Amino acid sequence: MMRPFLRVLTPVFIMLMAVLLSGCGEQFIVLDPKGPIGESQKDLIYFSTILCAVIIVPVLILTAIIVIRYRDKPGSKASYKPNWEHSTKLEITWWGIPIVAIVILAIVTVKYTYALEPSKPIESAKEPITIQVTSLDWKWLFQYPDEDIATVNYIKIPEDVPIKFQLTADTAMNSFWVPQLGGQIYAMSGMAMTLYLQADEQGTYFGTGANFTGKDFAKMTFKVDATSEEDYKAWVDEVKATSPALTAEGFEQLTEPSVSNVQLFSSFPQGLFHKVAMQYINGGGGAHQHHGSAESEAADTKATDSNTAPADAAETHDHNASHTDSNAHAGH
Amino acid sequence: MAHAVSNPAGAHGGHGDGHHEEHHDQESMKMFGFWLFLITDVILFGTLFATFVVLRLNTDGGPTGAELLEMNGIIISTFILLTSSFTSGIAVLEMNKGNKRGLILWLAITALLGASFIFLEVNEFIHLVHEGANIGTSAYWSAFFVLVGTHGLHVSVGLVWMIALMIQLGRRGISPVTKRKVSIVSLYWHFLDVVWIFVFTIVYLMGVM
Amino acid sequence: MLDKIKQFASEFFVTGDPLILGAQVSIGLSLVAILFVLTFFKKWRWLWTEWLTSVDHKKIGIMYIIASILMLFRGGVDALLMRVQLAAPQLEFLNPEHYNAIFTTHGVIMILFMAMPLMFGLFNIVVPLQIGARDVAFPFLNSLSFWMFFFGAMLFNVSFIIGGSPDAGWLAYPPLSELSGSPGLGQDFYIWGIQISGIGSLATGINFVVTILKMRAPGMKLMQMPMFVWSVLSSCITIMFAFPILTVTLFLLFIDRYLGAHFFTLDGGGNPMMYINLIWMWGHPEVYIVILPAFGIFSEVVSAFSKKKLFGYKSMVFALMSISFFSFFTWAHHFFTMGSGANVNAFFALTTMLIAIPTGVKVFNWLFTMYRGRLSFPTPMMWTIAFIPCFVIGGMTGVLLSVAPADFQFHNSYFLIAHFHQVLIGGVVFGYFAGLYYWWPKMFGFRLHEGLGKWAFWFWNIGFYVCFMPQYALGLMGMTRRFNAYDFDMGWQPLNVVSTVGAFLMGMAFIFQVWQIAHSIRFFKKEKDGDAWDGRTLEWSIPSPAPLYNFARLPQVTSQDEWWEEKQRIANGQPAKPLSKLEPIHMPKNSGIPFIMSLCWFVAGFGFVWDWLWMAIPGLIGVAICMLVRSFSYDTDYYIPVDEIERTEAALRGTK
Repeated sequence: MMRPFLRVLTPVFIMLMAVLLSGCGEQFIVLDPKGPIGESQKDLIYFSTILCAVIIVPVLILTAIIVIRYRDKPGSKASYKPNWEHSTKLEITWWGIPIVAIVILAIVTVKYTYALEPSKPIESAKEPITIQVTSLDWKWLFQYPDEDIATVNYIKIPEDVPIKFQLTADTAMNSFWVPQLGGQIYAMSGMAMTLYLQADEQGTYFGTGANFTGKDFAKMTFKVDATSEEDYKAWVDEVKATSPALTAEGFEQLTEPSVSNVQLFSSFPQGLFHKVAMQYINGGGGAHQHHGSAESEAADTKATDSNTAPADAAETHDHNASHTDSNAHAGH
Repeated sequence: MAHAVSNPAGAHGGHGDGHHEEHHDQESMKMFGFWLFLITDVILFGTLFATFVVLRLNTDGGPTGAELLEMNGIIISTFILLTSSFTSGIAVLEMNKGNKRGLILWLAITALLGASFIFLEVNEFIHLVHEGANIGTSAYWSAFFVLVGTHGLHVSVGLVWMIALMIQLGRRGISPVTKRKVSIVSLYWHFLDVVWIFVFTIVYLMGVM
Repeated sequence: MLDKIKQFASEFFVTGDPLILGAQVSIGLSLVAILFVLTFFKKWRWLWTEWLTSVDHKKIGIMYIIASILMLFRGGVDALLMRVQLAAPQLEFLNPEHYNAIFTTHGVIMILFMAMPLMFGLFNIVVPLQIGARDVAFPFLNSLSFWMFFFGAMLFNVSFIIGGSPDAGWLAYPPLSELSGSPGLGQDFYIWGIQISGIGSLATGINFVVTILKMRAPGMKLMQMPMFVWSVLSSCITIMFAFPILTVTLFLLFIDRYLGAHFFTLDGGGNPMMYINLIWMWGHPEVYIVILPAFGIFSEVVSAFSKKKLFGYKSMVFALMSISFFSFFTWAHHFFTMGSGANVNAFFALTTMLIAIPTGVKVFNWLFTMYRGRLSFPTPMMWTIAFIPCFVIGGMTGVLLSVAPADFQFHNSYFLIAHFHQVLIGGVVFGYFAGLYYWWPKMFGFRLHEGLGKWAFWFWNIGFYVCFMPQYALGLMGMTRRFNAYDFDMGWQPLNVVSTVGAFLMGMAFIFQVWQIAHSIRFFKKEKDGDAWDGRTLEWSIPSPAPLYNFARLPQVTSQDEWWEEKQRIANGQPAKPLSKLEPIHMPKNSGIPFIMSLCWFVAGFGFVWDWLWMAIPGLIGVAICMLVRSFSYDTDYYIPVDEIERTEAALRGTK
């Protein structure tokens, strides 16, 4: 009696869900990706949602049916078996159903986990552009080492070109997230993380910090403009021609806890990103030893001293070091 | 049937034989509870060991363990603590023989050995601080001092506990309650010994070699 | 001199915010009122002898529950303030610092000072009664656990008006929570408040494992224990393995802040990621610690109101135990985005999905307990029925989050917020409410008004969906958690307003519950029979509320639903079990040491927060003295004579 009922209902529900999720306009930016990474992640979200729905929708219906049918009412014709407490067949069935579903999901997940590993380059005929991302209190600094320009709270990228984001943080851990391009990755001090993203379409995309970093964390949003390659080149030239340079002192000012509007810089101090990433590793540069506020000095009176490590210690690792030995990696 | 700490034996002998059995239950339950506590303590030390292992190379350009740790002193401390574990075992044997004086004597020897272990440890710490390695020197030294210090703190608590127990034994003699207390302290002491063997191996041996 | 005092006061008290000033005044006034009432009615002695020094598990349970309801109020007010801010960020109802403090305290209070004590309260009241014991294994330790929790919670809460609240998030990730990121005292209050209450939780875990394994009534085999007892066992074992990690982690953070060590600092070779790993190695099991007992409650309630044996008992036990085991191997799914590499992420994604299997099985078992049953729907059962769809959907979104590459898009967004509120409210809170309504007659000897309870139920449920369903959508719109404000071109405001409306509906629901309790006390109707719901397990075989010693004679257990089987036997005309001779009952004496010792911990913690060694050291010495005094006291128990038991039983059971 139940089977045909379910057969009709499941597809209806899935359709409803698809309509709800994709049809509701452009506001659902996670489900409206404009790049290959975000696209795969969206597919994965849909797939896992439907797979789960295939199981839970019948369960919900079954719940309703059981609750209605077996409620205690005068003259109920439903059977009542107070001592029925075990059925090997049934129990094997419902250990089996979730096991099968999870096995399917697990296979897909593992496959995608390797395919979408953030540090894996995107296959493309074009050379990737590197953007070095630094989370400051409370603004983002973006450096374009290939173009030798820098921006604050604004990114411009050419469409159809893979972008290699390298991420670090000056102090607190943040997370770099541009939903329409693809998922996020943490920006942590003491290391450089890698995240490949790409925009397939021109447009303006919302970007944000996703991990709490203190007082004005909510002000750490930014816009990502994807344009044609010509427009991008023109923009780079324009920045180079018209914007001021980011000096070491200018960077010091940026690290002061504050919020910032969009800023553009025609150049930045050489090796700034690596210095910031390695500033806490002894001998690893020390971009600004007395970074941030006065309080941070109180935290630790011992500034980096003596013992200058070999220059190559300052070189950041491109791969994402595993969490347990990352410091050892960076420092030695 | 539940209560926190039982009466000394015979305090309510008038209630008949059933209650003696109840006492037995009580004391064995406490013993079991203490075993569970030791499991949680194992996790506690396990976490500290894990942090030490993670941070073992993070000397931040400062002194390393291999440079400052002196093995001779540590081998003596280790020997003292192992001996104290042995003497606490003798104390339990004396207790099982019903020899109150022997029990207190061997507990006292154990406590004395424990105290000298702590004395040596404190000396070691002072020495290290003089050499320029304190808890804020680097992550390595933070982990070192906290791990070794936590063990030392456990030993110190054990000392106070042992002294309190010796006074109780002197006043009340060997009863089911004091017997259980001695067994627990002895168990605790052996446990600290085992932890120390790990400290010795992981912090000192592997650090120096 | 006067200036000095002024200066001190302005640092000591939180100043400058009218909301906080209002709270300070009202807290001050209610303190005065409480002191006045206690003095006026000469209740101090009563309070001390009957409650503060009590080692009776039933009274300790009630104190836990009262404390947790107060904390639910505080955490709920925090939630409403946040929702008001998010509905209209342009008004800047809360400034960023205040907002950050409030989401931090909301999280800590709801998990550690609301869910945990409510859970411990139910453990305390129910477990000994269900296994036919007269108290827990270590009643003194039990009392100590409660007071450690209580003073820990007070120390945490006091930061609201004194010194400043913590504002680095409920798990306080370094480096933000280090001195460099949070120089204020709030973070120290956080550390000490949680540390002190955490030690109490650890002791409770050990206490109940021993109670369950060693103190069951004669004849009760492990596989005959009520399912709630199994769930408590699995939860407490998880506590034993998880809480020491919390203790160490907070201790290390304290050492960092207090002594300038470098465990989690940026410089000096510290490793902030280690903290994130450690805190989640506790934090993930922690959420299972609170949900497992809820599973147990649902099992009891479903069986009782279906008038049917619990379906798939062995499956249930196996599921509980495997959830508790696997909960230790999933922690890294809280930071798939840390870039630990595909191997690590794949491993933790799989372990996380694995947990969905036993959890799903439990749902099927509850459904098939109802199948071929006779269902009735008083409030405990309503909460249980509401739980199933809510938890199934919440569980499903959890599975979605466990898909590591997809989590890159969900992580730290409102999708995540909606998910964990759905499992924590839909699972834990609904579960504990079901338990509270179910065992209320057993605790207090009267029932709660059903009509008002149903109003509360519907407000909670409708409010819940109105509040949290929009948050899933907000997550997909890219809204990040912990934003105190947002731009309007994102289109987030309409759904935020809806969500806020839902939150206020839940606030109304809470008011209905308070009204329900007040009404039921006002029109107090004594339960005549101890068996309020025609129950199945041993707690229903004794009068409500249970006498001090619970069972005049320890029951002889032969089956799983012992009390139900006994009633069946009598209904079938078989003779009731013969009553054995009464014997004097061995009971623990009350003790003031737990209260005083916990107070000393509070003093020590407060001293360390302010770096006042003149206060911290005496506090610690007080703790040591309390322990020694306890060690030297041998007169800690007594016997209830037979004639007193006979008198009590006769009074409670009428002429029977």
